[in-house]
Amino acid sequence: MMAIFRRELGSYFSSPVGYVVIAAFLSFSGLFFYYYCLYAGSSNMNIVFQNMFSVVMFIIPILTMRLFAEDRKTKTDQALLTSPVKIGSIVMGKYLSAMIILLICLCSYLVEGLILSFIAHPDWSVILGNIFGMLLLGSVFVSIGIMVSSLTESMVIAAVASFAINILLSLVDALASTVNTEGARSFISSLSLQTKYNSITLGIISLGDVVFFVTLTALFLFITDRIIERRRWA
Amino acid sequence: MIDVENLTKYYGRSLAIENVSFSLDEGKILGLLGPNGAGKSTTMNIITGYISADRGTVRIDGIDMFEKPLEAKKKIGYMPEVPPLYNDMTVEKYLAFMFNLKKVRLPMKAHLDKICQDTQIEDVRGKIIKYLSKGYKQRVGLAQALIGDPPVLILDEPTAGLDPAQIIEMRKLVRELGKNHTVIMSSHVLSEVQAVCDKIIVINKGTVAADAFTSELTGTGSGTSKLRLIVEGREKSVLALLKRISGVTDVSGRGETERGCYEFIVESNTDVRRPVYRALAKADYNILNMSPVALSLEETYLDIISGKYSEKEADDDDGDIQA
Repeated sequence: MMAIFRRELGSYFSSPVGYVVIAAFLSFSGLFFYYYCLYAGSSNMNIVFQNMFSVVMFIIPILTMRLFAEDRKTKTDQALLTSPVKIGSIVMGKYLSAMIILLICLCSYLVEGLILSFIAHPDWSVILGNIFGMLLLGSVFVSIGIMVSSLTESMVIAAVASFAINILLSLVDALASTVNTEGARSFISSLSLQTKYNSITLGIISLGDVVFFVTLTALFLFITDRIIERRRWA
Repeated sequence: MIDVENLTKYYGRSLAIENVSFSLDEGKILGLLGPNGAGKSTTMNIITGYISADRGTVRIDGIDMFEKPLEAKKKIGYMPEVPPLYNDMTVEKYLAFMFNLKKVRLPMKAHLDKICQDTQIEDVRGKIIKYLSKGYKQRVGLAQALIGDPPVLILDEPTAGLDPAQIIEMRKLVRELGKNHTVIMSSHVLSEVQAVCDKIIVINKGTVAADAFTSELTGTGSGTSKLRLIVEGREKSVLALLKRISGVTDVSGRGETERGCYEFIVESNTDVRRPVYRALAKADYNILNMSPVALSLEETYLDIISGKYSEKEADDDDGDIQA
């Protein structure tokens, strides 16, 4: 697992992908920080994090699109699958490498918090809580991206399909509001990533929400494992 | 060392290979031969655990690939048809990655140094794989398979796409590796298999069409031999004369090659070159050419592919060759 993790992480920085993703993230995060905190004269960073939901949603598929699709296209999956490594370790190695890039992006908030602390008194527990929340959200998007990437040889298809799934997930709330049956509506809205994420940005971290994000991640990674195993039998 | 039994694989509904069985002893080189799409790569992919089979078993050194894949995979070095190279890495980093991926317990630097030396890629170790020539890529692919010193090497068309000098190098390398590895290599170049391998399996349309030692297939060990003769003299009397020589089993005339000279093919079960010379000289016929005709693998191969070989073998020795 560590070998794959290190290779994938190195690969993000030996190609432009890692730099582009980090740069895009930092630009948006900086822009929102300037606009909602510095320009508006507020030490409340919640709104920055809320706005970053859609940025993360779009950026992560770029990060994950090549993880399995490229291996299939260049046939390097033959090296991975004929090595004495479990498929689960391969999936985890790739997942962790993408998570590290996300973590690097999230470090920008520490810098922003530091800037704020020169001119105001930011609430560090909220900032750290938000970073944690975005890590959870990002983790779900990463696992979705990896799953989609394992389904195709084309990175473009992987990215577009991941975008589509992420957008659909963000529309769950809108969908819920169109349902009349009370039970169905509350069930559908309980699947909303955005509602749960927003409550974390407000500083409410419930165990249930954490479990929800972690479970979704685990589920998508497990499905990825099965997809790859299944292909061996096709 | 390698036992393959009744491998059957379907891709969707189309049959890729059916009941492929063979075994290979330690330290031998096996050539997998067959036309394109015959199932060579499928067979290799199953043996290495890249894909699974619908039926059958693969045992590497007694370890079942389907029951204990991680242990079995440790014993195999695999070089697929397209070398599995990460184009964005340097050769050095790539080999280190494969070393770690395979969880090799040997001292890394010394091990990789030796492999690079053996495969002659020392001068490109710092280069990014993307910029390597085809020959070097192929060798890095081979180097990758050698990592961890696996007792079994599986090489899928190791010489495909190389220039003639590189092909000779690669063959030499494979022969060298065969001294302390058990090797399976596939190829559609017949002369290559003939030159390199101890044993040959011909796969045709997904089934094993022939399984034999190279010498058996090429006829060099079978005791029968053919001579091509060009003799100056009357065709019919030469033919009759040749047929009377003891040891000769069949003579066929091939017609006139130049004015007054005729070509004959003499089949025999012993070496008849001297009796033939004496008989013809005594009768005052001039021999213009006498050359042995080795039953080339090419000939046998084409027979096998067209289905003639198995019939002939069955006639010859009651189907001794397992298929």
